[in-house]
Amino acid sequence: MSHEFLKLFELFIAASVINNFVFTRFLGLCIFFGVSKKMETAIGMSITFTAVMVISAALSWLIFTYIMVPLEITFLKIIIFIGVVAAFVQGADTIMRKVSPGLYYKLGVYLALISTNCIIVAVPLINAESHYNFLESLSFGLGSGIGFALALTIMASIREKLELADVPRPFKGMPIAWVTTALIALAFTGFSGLITL
Amino acid sequence: MEHHEEKISYLQLIKNGVFKENTIFRLVISLCPSIAVTNSVRNGFLLGMAVLFVQSMVNTTVALLRRFIHPRIRIPIFMLIISGWVSVVDMIMAAYARAAYKEIGLYVEIIVAFASILARAEMFASKNRPLAAFFDGFGSGLGFMIALVVISFFRELFGSGSLAGIPIIHAKPLLIMIMPAGGFIAVGLLMGFFNWIDIRFYGGKGAGGAAGH
Repeated sequence: MSHEFLKLFELFIAASVINNFVFTRFLGLCIFFGVSKKMETAIGMSITFTAVMVISAALSWLIFTYIMVPLEITFLKIIIFIGVVAAFVQGADTIMRKVSPGLYYKLGVYLALISTNCIIVAVPLINAESHYNFLESLSFGLGSGIGFALALTIMASIREKLELADVPRPFKGMPIAWVTTALIALAFTGFSGLITL
Repeated sequence: MEHHEEKISYLQLIKNGVFKENTIFRLVISLCPSIAVTNSVRNGFLLGMAVLFVQSMVNTTVALLRRFIHPRIRIPIFMLIISGWVSVVDMIMAAYARAAYKEIGLYVEIIVAFASILARAEMFASKNRPLAAFFDGFGSGLGFMIALVVISFFRELFGSGSLAGIPIIHAKPLLIMIMPAGGFIAVGLLMGFFNWIDIRFYGGKGAGGAAGH
């Protein structure tokens, strides 16, 4: 039992820090640069994103294992996973609007953005390819979500300061954000080799 | 005469996709692969080809079906068309380019979630004739491919001292350029460079595009 728990923990750390989706796998960059301008939006996005990530990892694992593998339609995984995720996001959007309008007012915008995020499709695909079991998929999803949240909050806190900095004109906005990200990514390479899976 | 006119407008569609609305450098969307696969020219070129193919075919398909798609459910239908074509490319690459597929396979599958492809389908292909839609998709895809090749050109040249696998610089390479961080630096500097050209020679504002997704 404790060995299994250790495996899950390792997977979580690996997904969130060592193989951080933004800094070493370069996924979800569009959203990463899009919403990291302000701390407030970054935090809202992080919460929504992590929740969607865990639930969609669970959903697509169930569908992959109990429907796609027995029917031998795993070659359709791209179509099915994007369908599952998009349907789930759309469903969550509708339910949230009806059940708790206050929460919807705060987080609804991010929910709409999420369906075009590449990480959300990448996690089910990686789960399916690495043959993770249910709990492993969950902890991989959670780790990826937390890792993305970490990246987003770090970047937001830097970019709030960057607004006041005197940046050369051609580098204002996007280019300087990219160079900043490069430096953070460089720092994150320090985590590699922390755990060998 | 009419034929001649159409030819010009198709050329303009392609030019628009390559220069004015270049997906990576001007619109700043669909960025994920611009770093992930650009550590060698071969990988950048292959993914660019995949996107070029998917974008053209999706645009054509959407334009052909545009009268039959109900506007209310158009987005799910577009997603279905996109993921269908991506699956085709995915399987072709898995069969015929195995070595490269091992490195960039995940990113080929990720083409499904590209904002740029959905955006072209929604903004152009769903309102235009198939042939025009095809050229629009071709231009947009070509712009994407050129951007990937430019980025990977610099990264491979400085990072491993070679081009498309052929060694060119016989000195100790800058390892950082093929590391993850190098991708961010390369794209950041190139973006700054294009902004500088825009400001210096064309009197633009050099905003570097509104950061969408």
